[in-house]
Amino acid sequence: MNGIPRRSDQGEEALPETAAAERQQNSPWTPSSATPIAATRSRAGDSREAPSQGRAVVLADLNAYYGKAHAIKGVGLDYAANQVTAMIGPSGCGKSTLVRCINRMHEEIPGAYTTGSIMLDDQDIYGENVDVVAVRRAVGMVFQKPNPFPTMSIFDNVAAGLRLTGGRRGGKRENIKDRVERSLRGAGLWEEVKDRLSEPGIGLSGGQQQRLCIARTIAVEPEVILMDEPCSALDPIATLKVEELIDELKTRYTIVIVTHNMQQAARVADTTAFMLAGELVEVGPTERIFTKPSDSRTEDYVSGKFG
Amino acid sequence: MSARSLTLTSARRRRTDVVARWVLAVATVLALVPLVLVVYYVVNKGASAWNTQFFTKDPTGNSTGFGDEGGLKSAILGTIEIVAIASAIAIPIGIAVALWLTEYHRGGWLGNVVRYFIDVMTGVPAIVFGIFVYLLLVIGQPPASAYAGWKGAIALALLMLPIVARSAEVVLLLVPESLREAALALGAPRWKVIMRIVLPAALPGLLTGSLLAIARAAGETAPLLFTIAVTSGTTFDPGQRMNSLPTQIFNNLNSSSDPGLISRAWGGALVLLAMIFVLNIFARLVSRRSPAIR
Ligand SMILES: Nc1ncnc2c1ncn2[C@@H]1O[C@H](COP(=O)(O)OP(=O)(O)O)[C@@H](O)[C@H]1O
Ligand SMILES: [Mg+2]
Repeated sequence: MNGIPRRSDQGEEALPETAAAERQQNSPWTPSSATPIAATRSRAGDSREAPSQGRAVVLADLNAYYGKAHAIKGVGLDYAANQVTAMIGPSGCGKSTLVRCINRMHEEIPGAYTTGSIMLDDQDIYGENVDVVAVRRAVGMVFQKPNPFPTMSIFDNVAAGLRLTGGRRGGKRENIKDRVERSLRGAGLWEEVKDRLSEPGIGLSGGQQQRLCIARTIAVEPEVILMDEPCSALDPIATLKVEELIDELKTRYTIVIVTHNMQQAARVADTTAFMLAGELVEVGPTERIFTKPSDSRTEDYVSGKFG
Repeated sequence: MSARSLTLTSARRRRTDVVARWVLAVATVLALVPLVLVVYYVVNKGASAWNTQFFTKDPTGNSTGFGDEGGLKSAILGTIEIVAIASAIAIPIGIAVALWLTEYHRGGWLGNVVRYFIDVMTGVPAIVFGIFVYLLLVIGQPPASAYAGWKGAIALALLMLPIVARSAEVVLLLVPESLREAALALGAPRWKVIMRIVLPAALPGLLTGSLLAIARAAGETAPLLFTIAVTSGTTFDPGQRMNSLPTQIFNNLNSSSDPGLISRAWGGALVLLAMIFVLNIFARLVSRRSPAIR
């Protein structure tokens, strides 16, 4: 498997429904096996109960390319389930590229491809017969700039993931309503928006928009959430709220957060990984990375000598 | 000392600023004068031709004093129908081409070739499309000289296509990449991202571009002269010869210098102007209501 370039294949997604359905049956990556829909229905309405568990993610010899440019160089890394792992490193070192490999967004860029493997529990997300849609439902992503859908209301933004991906699964209205409420509660936004669910999502403040995007992500019930500098466009108070939220979310999800803010990494992350020029330099418990790193480059970075 | 030189400089700057402002104002007025004159003349001369029979009767071609003067009914209805058919062809295809360029072939060499081709097509004179359709569909096909409304619509569609495609591409490129990414990251397949996210976000702009293309096509004479021929009667059958405002105006002015015919030509020009005005207002209203792209 290693060494074989996989190019993005848009044709794959354009397959007719039947073929896609067939493929899903063959693949362990059916949405129903990843997140049991029956269990979801029975839980509908109660928002506090922890519905899903995070899953471990293991990168092995991961390489990512933009055409000829080699952006990620043979990274091996374990993300423990239900833990927050921070990715730190100077700008351009490949943090975003790395996390975008974990939900196969990297391959959306023309000419971009990866080699190596990423295991989600015991399944390789780059394996054959894997449905990229199922991977992205299992591995959600929150972006640097809040990006709610501008034509949609607050409600529709949260429901978007269900409607954009689910045929039958999008399901009954009642079910969607419950899920939207549960997701907004999960993102700590419900109390602020419950009376104006039909107003446009872009009418919210930046911090609220980012939590709306988090709600949109958890609405599809992923097991892993990737966050690429989720607070860098937010003010300190909104940042604090998102950080508190991350702390809550880790009981249900495995979280990978990219940050250029080392205080943030120290505040939210159990584990911290330091990258430099596409390579993983060091990974370990956050405490240790910031107090006694074993690599001198890590020490230089965390002590502010460069970056 | 320094205070004095400061005042001097700023006084000179202010003068320059005043001069620049006047130059620009004069240039603007110069540009507006002919425009205002055209509108003034068309409204002034056209309005006097408007009466009930102008809208309810077909043209007769009669000069003043020689029987029934008729109206422009067939021309107005013909223009609406032909432009509607042309739009039904050009707008979906144009937007599809733009989607292909922005969503699937951004930056690729094939995309660049297509884009270049569209640019060239935008510059092709309208009469060329008329001749093209004339050669290919009118005389190139038995029965000979089969003029028909739909052939005119094709000529207009060819004219509209590059305008729609180019304006749609610009608008689609304005849809932030972050929205596509957000939808893809939720697991949506590309086609659903296009249908549910990209197109709705771009809708106001797409409408504006399409309406501009319609306005442009509605007034074109040359592509129609060779394709729908000239006829006076009203028909809704696009397989028949059809009348249209531009060809009727052309015909009126061409056939005699009778003041009645010329007056009705002005009246027809005013109808065209009014149609385009209404379309533009509509386009404006639509794009103002857009929440999408800022
Ligand atoms: N779309 C792209 N096309 C080509 N190269 C890219 C692209 N995005 C990022 N890169 C390159 O990949 C490397 C890693 O970038 P990135 O993952 O964005 O770094 P970080 O998130 O750590 O700042 C950089 O050298 C950058 O120039
Ligand atoms: Mg980045």
